[in-house]
Amino acid sequence: MIPLSGDLGNSKGVVRENVGSFSTIRGTSTLKRGFAHMLKNGVVMDVTTVEQAQIAEESGAVAVMVLDKLPSDVRKAGGVARTASIRIIQEIMDSVTIPVMAKCRIGHVYEAMVLQETNVDMIDESEVLTPADENHHIWKWDFTTPFVNGARNLGEALRRIEEGAAMIRTKGEPGTGNVAEAVIHIKNVNTELRRIKSIYDAGDEQDLISVARELKVSYSILEETASLGRLPVVNFAAGGISTPADAAYLMTLGCDGVFVGSGIFKADDAKERAQAIVLATTFWEDPDKVKEAQKMIDERQSMLGLDTKNLDLRMQERGSTA
Amino acid sequence: MSGISIGVLAVQGDVAENIMATKMALEELGLEGIVNEVKTPEQISDLDGLIIPGGESTVIGTLSMVNGSLKKIKEKIASGMPVFGICAGMIMLSKKAKDKVIGEMDQPLLDYLDVKIERNAFGRQKDSFESEISIDKIGISKFPGVFIRAPSIIETGKNVEVLSKFNEKIIAVKQGNVVGTSFHPELTGDLSLHKYFVNLIKAKH
Repeated sequence: MIPLSGDLGNSKGVVRENVGSFSTIRGTSTLKRGFAHMLKNGVVMDVTTVEQAQIAEESGAVAVMVLDKLPSDVRKAGGVARTASIRIIQEIMDSVTIPVMAKCRIGHVYEAMVLQETNVDMIDESEVLTPADENHHIWKWDFTTPFVNGARNLGEALRRIEEGAAMIRTKGEPGTGNVAEAVIHIKNVNTELRRIKSIYDAGDEQDLISVARELKVSYSILEETASLGRLPVVNFAAGGISTPADAAYLMTLGCDGVFVGSGIFKADDAKERAQAIVLATTFWEDPDKVKEAQKMIDERQSMLGLDTKNLDLRMQERGSTA
Repeated sequence: MSGISIGVLAVQGDVAENIMATKMALEELGLEGIVNEVKTPEQISDLDGLIIPGGESTVIGTLSMVNGSLKKIKEKIASGMPVFGICAGMIMLSKKAKDKVIGEMDQPLLDYLDVKIERNAFGRQKDSFESEISIDKIGISKFPGVFIRAPSIIETGKNVEVLSKFNEKIIAVKQGNVVGTSFHPELTGDLSLHKYFVNLIKAKH
């Protein structure tokens, strides 16, 4: 079972209040990480309009992520990509019952503040947008709203959790319709988890400390992770998922759920595809059900996609060394 | 007497936490039993008790309708099987749900608990909170309430027993062998509600 408590229980994001005769507390690690637990085995879908958000909800999305442009259009447009229009985020919040997330730029503390004030359910500090500060991510303990962050390997994931991220997703290579990078990232994390688990099981603290230095993380979070043999927060796959089989494959690699970016609303059969990806994520252990899901889509209508080898812009590298 | 078989509906949501809490509850009570994830009508038909965990009720409802699990759960409830619905699970058990912002909902429900639910009754995630509550009616005087985008109950039928309130809002109910809570006992270290539910199953078994 994944622990719910994190460090820094008394940070700025934690708010104590009295409601009637009850004393309450908001913004705790239990509430932030607990929120991510409620998303498990689900599909979070990128949307840009109210109509898309409603299609996502009807298709069984567990939450929607609001962007100004889908990642593949961000890639095409170039220029600076920023957080989505607040008015559109609010319209979407007023038209679906499922959680609404939105992205802010890496390190952009005030875009995140604005999203917290807008009352989105989770903030994605995302490499899809143009970073505002490549050297420092947001100190997420200062927020009452939970955050999800991308990671390509164990070190990145644990550094983000130490900054207060309540949930992790693989970065993959956004907007490519190509799942290859997401597969590499989740396998990287799994390989590194197996490595530290075996060091932990052997009781070799000296080696564990040297891994902590190598990954630039604290000993305590590395030890906790090593003892669990998994990330201490919910971990989703993201980046390039386009088909039901893509989603099911990532679930078999140990992800707790998936984010789908351009893959749904850049396809010509968005509605069927959204339903099919949800089915495949829910019933990933049953190949026959995944086949039925895959049958619901037409490969000729999948987004064309890009080879990730020759990209001008590799979004996954943004903020990865910090 | 053979052990009891408890299932946690594993369509979507925090399944693992409920499995863990139920196993620990069995152990503390010194009872024999097994706890498993269940997804299909076949798995559900063999159960003595079922937990419907937290998650998104629209997702759990839609997907358990797809493979016939919803219908099977309805039959099992009608035959007296105890069911514990947590947050989304309680919404699933209800006859009627509306959303605080969106209004009346048309989502697949189990149509058993004679209550009307208000979804997201305490607000969005930023308003999610922890608070100590009491469930005196079933002998739990103090309980750590973890409310995550929690629903509340705004109307109850005559067969529904109100177990707990938070600031005048109903947050736990019981009708026959069906129990529902707005909050998440599986996210706390406190096993008293899971133990209470296991005892309900045992009494029926």
